[in-house]
Amino acid sequence: MSLFQSLIGALMLVLSLSMAVAVWRLLRGPSIPDRAVAFDLIMIHLVGLIALFALTSGQLVLLDAVIVVAVIGFLGTVALARFIEEGRS
Amino acid sequence: MTLLEGLTLLIAAAGVFFIVVSSIGIVRMPDVYTRVHAVGKAGTLGIVGVLLAVGVYQFATLSVVFEMLALIGFFFLTQPVAAHMLDRAAFLTGVQPTPGTAPNDLADRYDPETRQLE
Repeated sequence: MSLFQSLIGALMLVLSLSMAVAVWRLLRGPSIPDRAVAFDLIMIHLVGLIALFALTSGQLVLLDAVIVVAVIGFLGTVALARFIEEGRS
Repeated sequence: MTLLEGLTLLIAAAGVFFIVVSSIGIVRMPDVYTRVHAVGKAGTLGIVGVLLAVGVYQFATLSVVFEMLALIGFFFLTQPVAAHMLDRAAFLTGVQPTPGTAPNDLADRYDPETRQLE
């Protein structure tokens, strides 16, 4: 394992800890929009983690998974927002 | 470590830094509107950094570079839309902003039934 791979791994570790912080907001959030925001941020973390893992492992096929997760994150956030808006009262 | 690897690490570290900043923002900010603000701007900047690092490291493979540029464009287009929809949903369901929000121009101007500005 080269120094480059170790440093990218350290960045992935930082991202994982930061993702745990976002999960705390997802569990805690006082209102439902708070949880939706946390979901959006978790999806951003996931995209970053998969991209960095594709970088170190050299598996460029994983970059297609990045696209899928990005689209799912956006559509999930929009669907949640619509649900919060329409499902009131 | 070559120059290319150093450059990649620099850009990726900048991106990860901004994602961590938005993650701190989502915990420390007082209400949902400021949290959306933290995710919508710092988060987008951070993910652009990480994707740009992948594109720089694989610069010899043109398909990867264009894929990353397309993803960056995708995030620039979709993150503001998602942030706006979340803010709108929060406002329409009556989530109160923090008391420090001084001029709240939208306070009584939304009709809750038709969801139109009066």
